[in-house]
Amino acid sequence: METDDLIKALARDARAAGPSLAATLAGALLPALLAAAVVFFAVLGPRPDFMAAAATPRFLLKFVVTGVLAATAFACLPALLRPGARNRAMPLLLLAPAIIAVAVLGEFAAIPRAYWAARWIGTNNLVCLASIPLIGAGPLALFLAAARRGAPTSPALAGAVAGLLAGGIGALFYAAHCTDDSPFFVATWYGIAIAALALLGAALGRRLLRW
Amino acid sequence: MRSAGEEELADLLRASIAGDERAYAAFLENVAARVRAFARRRMALGGADAEDIVQETLLAIHLKRHTWRQDAPVLPWVFAIARFKMIDAFRRSGRVKEVDIEAFSETLAEPETESASSRDIGRAIEALTPAQKAVVSSISVEGCSIADTARALDMSEGAVRVAFHRGLAAIAARFGKS
Repeated sequence: METDDLIKALARDARAAGPSLAATLAGALLPALLAAAVVFFAVLGPRPDFMAAAATPRFLLKFVVTGVLAATAFACLPALLRPGARNRAMPLLLLAPAIIAVAVLGEFAAIPRAYWAARWIGTNNLVCLASIPLIGAGPLALFLAAARRGAPTSPALAGAVAGLLAGGIGALFYAAHCTDDSPFFVATWYGIAIAALALLGAALGRRLLRW
Repeated sequence: MRSAGEEELADLLRASIAGDERAYAAFLENVAARVRAFARRRMALGGADAEDIVQETLLAIHLKRHTWRQDAPVLPWVFAIARFKMIDAFRRSGRVKEVDIEAFSETLAEPETESASSRDIGRAIEALTPAQKAVVSSISVEGCSIADTARALDMSEGAVRVAFHRGLAAIAARFGKS
């Protein structure tokens, strides 16, 4: 086919531009939160002493750090799907790790050395490792599906950020169930579970986000 | 055809996304000339065919035009797509090739004209479903309008538009997988 013919043909398809990328990604957010909520309430549910725990700073910090991770990953995603776009939001991804790092230092100061190991191991770290990816799987699928409308020049990176976003949402819900509130525990076990989703997102992104 | 500047191209693309076919054709002609110059320079050492890169880039621009932010510069977006498609073509042809980042700055090059005729996209049309193939051939090879194609194939205009758009997407998807 001649290029001029291709141009004429493409011009005839001018009308089918469809919704904006921002609208597509925003449209995936609510279903992702709903999917996470359904799995959370069906499989885990909130811990029995949720109301009492809600007054303790360590418990609240879990929601802050996971919420910040989800929000910053969501802010980073659009530019990764736009060719040639400068991504000014990327440094914000360091915010959640910085918050948890400060909290870990505070925990070192607040807790006697004898209790460190117990706080770090926690009571249900295997449940944590399984639950966060379980809750995050639905959101990851929804965000990757939305990202397929984009044009990432680094499909693996875009997939990894979608995985961080899904991991942040999964951890946000799981935090309401989990009775281990120490930053030691959160930094380690939440961190591993979220990283696993980010790696899964990168591997899937490499395959699914090609265009 | 004269070469349009950054602002003018952005205006044309905004009008295109609002449904203006003439503006869209003008935009694509300008972009084709720029991408052709860019690809020929990159292809000087051999490898993929420059005109195939031009066509794949135009198709990608078309199918991904919603990824352009309407308040952003249009040429960095165009050349990021062209560069991505070029790397993809090199990868397909089994070559490892560094595409120089400096290539982004070469956006003001003189337009060049095309030469060859048998193209990857032309071959890709052959692999479409019969209905898509009929619609895409009618519009792109024979140059018929949406309305003429609908009459000739006894389809509604809406159905022609859908089949045409899906056919273009299927052609683009073939390149990514091969």
